[in-house]
Amino acid sequence: MKFGNYMILEFPSKSTNEAFARSAVACFAAQMDPTLEELGDIRTAVSEAVTNCIVHAYPQELGNITLRCRILKDNVLDIVIKDKGVGIPDLEQARRPTYTTGGADRSGMGFTIMESFMTSFEVSSQPGKGTTVHMRRKLRQRQ
Amino acid sequence: MQFTSFLENGRLTVALTGEIDHHCAKSYIQAIAAKIEAYTPELCVLDFTDVTFVDSSGIAVVINAMRNMTQIRGQLVLTGIGNQPMRVFRASGIDKLVEIKEAVS
Repeated sequence: MKFGNYMILEFPSKSTNEAFARSAVACFAAQMDPTLEELGDIRTAVSEAVTNCIVHAYPQELGNITLRCRILKDNVLDIVIKDKGVGIPDLEQARRPTYTTGGADRSGMGFTIMESFMTSFEVSSQPGKGTTVHMRRKLRQRQ
Repeated sequence: MQFTSFLENGRLTVALTGEIDHHCAKSYIQAIAAKIEAYTPELCVLDFTDVTFVDSSGIAVVINAMRNMTQIRGQLVLTGIGNQPMRVFRASGIDKLVEIKEAVS
């Protein structure tokens, strides 16, 4: 029974782990028989959330990122990505499309993509304590 | 990061490969800027045929290339974009800012 299955990963905020994290989630989600498009959306959203931890949560030093995936009933993939970094002082501003505190190599579209690619998306943050992104994607149940 | 590029009749083609995320985006941005600065092409084609994944870092790569080309009054075209990268470009609205062609002959 897929429902109830879960996995938890912890890794340091090294940028090589962006590819590792999205691939690990894609492998875990494979048992839910996703379409290629669903898998692409999930990989993209995970990549955005983990990149945010690496670029923004731990700007000066490496820190830990925790990633938890669960399969909920009705073929829903539940993903929580958590850091204990600097936190986001103004969430509303951070979620605005094209807003970024990163450099010219950032587009400010991370939150927008997570919101539009996932069925539900929530972010909570406490300055100095860290940020948690909680997102869900309901996958089509194929006949 | 791996890419190939060639110049022909004032047209610079840069073929990107693999997965474009934050880990490699800066290298791509700098490499494309250096090619554009060196050759000042009238047209720059970013070829995504061999790109298997893009996140919002890929948007930054396109925006920076667009800025580089605007500075020299040239044009930027994207080509060969697969389904996953296209969804990211559409979600960000960048498909309305830059010309996208299926194939450039």
